[in-house]
Amino acid sequence: MVKRYISKFYMILMFIFLYAPIAVLAVYSFNSSKSRGAWGGFTLKWYVELFNDRDIKSALYYTILVALLSALISTIIGTISAIGIHNMKHKQKALILNINYLPILNPDIVTGIALMILYLSLNLKLGFLTMLLSHITFGIPYVILAVLPKLKQMNKHITEAALDLGATPLYALRKVLLPQIKPGIITGFLIAFTLSIDDFVISFFTTGSGVNNLSMVIYSMARRGIKPTINALSTLMLAVVLGLLLLINKRSSFDKKHVKKVGK
Amino acid sequence: MKNKAKLLTYPYIVWMGLFIILPVLLVFLYSITFNEINNIKTISFTINNYKMFFTPVYIQVTLRSIYLAALSTIICLALGYPIAMIIANSKMTSKSILLLLFILPMWMNMLLRTYAWMTILGNNGLINTLLANLGLPTLNLLYNNGAVILGMVYNFIPFMVLPIYTTLSKMDNSLIEVSEDLGANKVQTFIKVIFPLSLPGVISGIIMVFMPAVSSFVIPKLLGGGKDALIGTLIEKLFSLGDWNFGSAVSIVMMFIILLSMAVMNRFDVDKEGGAGLW
Repeated sequence: MVKRYISKFYMILMFIFLYAPIAVLAVYSFNSSKSRGAWGGFTLKWYVELFNDRDIKSALYYTILVALLSALISTIIGTISAIGIHNMKHKQKALILNINYLPILNPDIVTGIALMILYLSLNLKLGFLTMLLSHITFGIPYVILAVLPKLKQMNKHITEAALDLGATPLYALRKVLLPQIKPGIITGFLIAFTLSIDDFVISFFTTGSGVNNLSMVIYSMARRGIKPTINALSTLMLAVVLGLLLLINKRSSFDKKHVKKVGK
Repeated sequence: MKNKAKLLTYPYIVWMGLFIILPVLLVFLYSITFNEINNIKTISFTINNYKMFFTPVYIQVTLRSIYLAALSTIICLALGYPIAMIIANSKMTSKSILLLLFILPMWMNMLLRTYAWMTILGNNGLINTLLANLGLPTLNLLYNNGAVILGMVYNFIPFMVLPIYTTLSKMDNSLIEVSEDLGANKVQTFIKVIFPLSLPGVISGIIMVFMPAVSSFVIPKLLGGGKDALIGTLIEKLFSLGDWNFGSAVSIVMMFIILLSMAVMNRFDVDKEGGAGLW
């Protein structure tokens, strides 16, 4: 009995540790006084300021654009490559997978400066394109690692059967292979998307000429000192995350119900 | 079909060559040369960059980074193991909620999570204003090693909890029952049965916390104020100052530290599945 109370108490302490900083940010985002200590009354002026901030608006635009594009392109390249890798002989496969692991294992800062050196050596101007290329580069390995297990689980005779029954390879790919590895593809896309949205270090080194993402704006603001608009921004981002989570939760419970009905 | 399907990898092989291998080779090339390497005729090789790294100043920076990362990893393990156990042992219904609550902060931007601590620990931050209002002397909480470790633990603890939780929840419960039937008490069961079986998860957790911690440059920069150089902040500083050659040498050394510690840890990781729980 006592043990249960201790573990409950411990969990509560840990959750306070995890959530208190976020809660503090959220509360201060409504504080009209700029100083930390005093509560100057409820206000939404930081949110208004946030929506009028041109840096943040452009950063938000680039963050979402780069995340969508890079996740989409890495998912396409990654899925195609995974199918190829799956059909390779053992030695080649091991070599390619090892190289594929390099961007995952390498510290972000090394990947970032290495890509920066590459772009500058190729005389590419740092900006939107270089940031997009970098995000695709670190997205593909995760997509491959998400899709490969699904290919392994698949019964390979099913594709062969489709081909024997007269399906063209492309038709077999579309109607037989892709539906079976779809969960892996979706997971890969989501991983690539979240990594891109969250990335700071690699973007920091590989972008320039006024193209920033949200992480970089937060970084430069935080370095200049505490600014209430960041509180408003983080509260909004938390709200978006919570909203997405509820949505996913609702969808998956809907799916479960749906499956149950069909099962009956 | 099989031979043709193999061709699908070729575009990515080209991509890997250009965006994964070539950049690392370029970093290596910069680390063993003077100045610019754009002109092949004037290129000249040197090992001075590495010699410079192995002087007391930079050795100290490296050791400090390893020390802070190791300490954060140990704290994450000490705090995280009980959490993983409590979640793994809780009822089915509360299990998924507890897990979700634990992962949720990870979905917030890391910069914001680190920034949040600045507003709490700063000179005009929450804790110090509370102290001042109570008439107590204020403390210097921000811009020291303690703040850096706190930031690392806060940001990376989920990476420790998740793999341990995965191995614990996959564990065969009858093994624990057998151990208790045979007369072992709770502590003995934990030391002799539960902990050894959870080792793969512990090792994945250690790797996944230590790696980002040792190379982090955001947390030391924001919470440590960049006062004491760490290896990550050193690289950033060298490149922003334009010293690509020495910066590249430091990057190569850091890559070595990471890959070496991975190789060492992987020897202990028996089934290589501990990290799978993350996704």
